[in-house]
Amino acid sequence: MDPVPGNPAGAPHQGAPAGAVADLAALLKRSARGDQAAFATLYDATAARVHGLVLRVVRDRAQSEEVTQEVFLEVWRQASRYDDARGSALAWLMTIAHRKAVDRVRSAEAASRRDVAYEQHNQVPDHDVTAEAAHASLEARRVRAALDHLTDVQREAIELAYFGGYTHTEVAALLDLPVGTAKTRIRDGLIRLRDSIGVGR
Amino acid sequence: MTDHDQHALTGAYAVDALDADERARFEAHLATCADCREEVASLQEAAALLGTDPVEPPSSVRDSVLAGIASIRPLPPEITPVTTEPTPAPGDELAARRTRRSLVQRLARTPLLVAAAVVLLLAVGTALVRPWADEAPQQPNLSAIDRVLTAADATRVEKEFPDGSRAVVTVSRSEGRAVIQTEDMALAPAGKAYELWLQNSEGAMVPAGLMPHEADNKVLLDGDASEAKAVGITVEPEDGSSVPTTEPIVIFELAA
Repeated sequence: MDPVPGNPAGAPHQGAPAGAVADLAALLKRSARGDQAAFATLYDATAARVHGLVLRVVRDRAQSEEVTQEVFLEVWRQASRYDDARGSALAWLMTIAHRKAVDRVRSAEAASRRDVAYEQHNQVPDHDVTAEAAHASLEARRVRAALDHLTDVQREAIELAYFGGYTHTEVAALLDLPVGTAKTRIRDGLIRLRDSIGVGR
Repeated sequence: MTDHDQHALTGAYAVDALDADERARFEAHLATCADCREEVASLQEAAALLGTDPVEPPSSVRDSVLAGIASIRPLPPEITPVTTEPTPAPGDELAARRTRRSLVQRLARTPLLVAAAVVLLLAVGTALVRPWADEAPQQPNLSAIDRVLTAADATRVEKEFPDGSRAVVTVSRSEGRAVIQTEDMALAPAGKAYELWLQNSEGAMVPAGLMPHEADNKVLLDGDASEAKAVGITVEPEDGSSVPTTEPIVIFELAA
């Protein structure tokens, strides 16, 4: 795990954006080497964001706290697997968080399928919460603007999948779409979102 | 499922909107498709920005996390180069072989095979003793196991136990067999054994052998898995049972 020659630890990654984003990648790299202080800094920089997402998906406060804890233990364990050539540290971390949150609601669902079936039928996608949350920061305003570029069905499908934790098949059922249509809307919507925010490649 | 169908799942995968079977199949596809890997990464970047409602967790979470990491060894970096071969054209035997090899490499890289650190998370919910196994058990059916693991239609289903250990079932419909791999799995209680089951197309649970009394196993299930709907594990008397006498501790649902 020696650093690449000519790219010593802590040196800014060539071409990486300056500031917080580059810092997260460096903190992850140090965490992979067992640097607990670096990990504590990483935690402080990202915990609220991770927990906000987990709470949004899991909803139950106590369970969300457990999941957030699992997320960070996993981030510590997997830190060396982060590859800054393949994406931002924040996206890597949020991907882990989202996966854990969704896995938690799905296993809870398996435990009480009937309750969830009831909830699904009685749940209305919560646009206001998304809108409100998205106004929280400058970046969020950018995301909000990007969300406005989506068609209603694309936005609805993405929100049900990302925040509701539903599979594309369930999203199709919730939105009365033919099976197989929801995955296309999710993909098209995400591509549009990506292109209008200007992330990825 | 064709490659074209798989490409269409990038978005659903990026927001975790695939069920367990679809996810396993898509990840097998991802291992061989650089285009999909790149698209997934870019869509995950976009999705990561959706969660814009920060909520500070209580300080108890921070305390638990920082106490927890002190006893967890970070995984070593992956040193196997990522496969970048394109999806093989039909009839391209060399490429097909590369694809099969890349599946094996993927298996070898998967976290469950390096889950030693997970032992430290064990505290929750298990009173079972964990004597240190001397050696992994002998593998009398090695070639049959390898045939399943490397089959072109091999499908993996991965499950995590409450203690953090994991098990993977790989089924090959063309080989008609299934393999289970476990790492750091808590041993069955004294006098008991883990029995494996194949759920047949009628829904009945058919005995598929006993798991060796080891934490780390790679076992070929007895019986025909070509149409099995699921693989289950139950705790049974150490000689096994002809029908399950306890609720399964885990069920691996197999894609049709």
